[in-house]
Amino acid sequence: MDKVIIAENLSLSYKEFETIISKATFSINSGEFVFITGASGSGKSTLLKSFYGAIEPRQGNLSVAGVKMNRISTSKLNFLRRHIGIVFQDYKLIKEWTIEKNVMLPLIISGYTGDVSGAQVQKLLGHVKLTHQAGKYPPELSGGEQQRVAMARALAHNPILILADEPTGNLDEYSSSVIWSLLEGANTQLKTTVIVVTHHIPEGLKVPYKHYHIEFGNINEIS
Amino acid sequence: MKSLKNHISLIIALFTVLASVQIYVAVDRTIAAYESHLKNDYSVIVVANKAFTPKEFTTMSSMIERSEPISTAQVLERLKGEMSEKNLALLKLTLPKFYRIYLNRFPTPNEINNLQKKLQKNTAIERVEGFSQTHDTVYKLMLLFKDVVQVFSIAIAAVTSLLILKEMRLWQFQHAERMNIMALFGAPVWLRSAVLFRLAIVDAIIATLILCFSFFIIDYYGILTLPLKEIGINVQLFNFVNDALRSLAISLGISIALTFTIVMFHSEEE
Repeated sequence: MDKVIIAENLSLSYKEFETIISKATFSINSGEFVFITGASGSGKSTLLKSFYGAIEPRQGNLSVAGVKMNRISTSKLNFLRRHIGIVFQDYKLIKEWTIEKNVMLPLIISGYTGDVSGAQVQKLLGHVKLTHQAGKYPPELSGGEQQRVAMARALAHNPILILADEPTGNLDEYSSSVIWSLLEGANTQLKTTVIVVTHHIPEGLKVPYKHYHIEFGNINEIS
Repeated sequence: MKSLKNHISLIIALFTVLASVQIYVAVDRTIAAYESHLKNDYSVIVVANKAFTPKEFTTMSSMIERSEPISTAQVLERLKGEMSEKNLALLKLTLPKFYRIYLNRFPTPNEINNLQKKLQKNTAIERVEGFSQTHDTVYKLMLLFKDVVQVFSIAIAAVTSLLILKEMRLWQFQHAERMNIMALFGAPVWLRSAVLFRLAIVDAIIATLILCFSFFIIDYYGILTLPLKEIGINVQLFNFVNDALRSLAISLGISIALTFTIVMFHSEEE
């Protein structure tokens, strides 16, 4: 089985003497559903950031989808990110763009033509039950709706890896269930690797998952 | 409204740079036209003890366009009644040769001095009169004005460039969120900053159009050209093809270069 993430003695820090993740060694296989839990400030979001290159390894090696993240060039990083779908806790939608265009963003970046991307966006908006909101702008939507838009955007370009940072943190039950079912669907039907950073693992998940817990800078595999 | 204000600020700044460049060009053209006007009336007088051909003069200095001998017949005619035939014939033989030398441009006082020195190196030339003391005062004032305009143009260009840079920083802050989000999904630099470049290009075109319109009005109503005509200067202050293209090139150059600087120094949010 191919490994999507390989970390060897990985240390992460924002400042030189403030290590957040210390000498972690682990790997995540392709097609796995992974939860990373930990207390607030434990470094779980920092670890997720290192997977999409927003923070560079201080020490050790990190490889994502076969791309070495140590001193990665901008062009390589852009290439990698075009194959990753990211869901943020604060949604990170472009306020001046319509919902439809926001979902289309990864397709625009990957250079898909209007017809192909239009059909894909309509399909995804249908999955997140927001077809009727396509022409609206993010500030006109509720938090739950915005997160569903962010979820649709993360899936738009059929990524090999989905990274989700507290995707249901402040959401209502309905929006949370839509998000989890989409993540499960991507994992089971498309074999997409899903890595979710969260405080609590939801109950009733149908997919088998791996669970890492971060404590005092160490990453421990729980199950 | 805020966005419109930002646009207007950049357009005004770009227009100021273009206007200062255009004013400098217009002053330069006016001086060139005045130089040509003065040149036609200006000549150097040479007194020589032998005859010179026009070619001999032109080889002495590249500034010399042509020369013509000054006839002494009129002077001798006036003396006919006062002198005997014999003395007049003797005087005619001993009179030096006079030449009027025309130059290919209106010289500066230094150039007149250099020309005089060059000509006087020839032993057959006895005297050169450059009339440097009557060198046109208006021309000197215009040269001074040109220098002042040049200094002002450079100062205005520097200050407005800083203003444009500041304006673009504001743009960067306004667009930073969108640029960061696009970067997170792997958008290359050109794609995430496309809006900035588009705005810069649009504003550069608008600034150029305003400049063209302003100079069209100045030209159409003869606001500057009529007073200049009165002092014998015929000049086209704004050339609608060359000047418009140059202004557009400057405007686009400044705005694109500054946008590029902003984009290059943009640091991605972690």
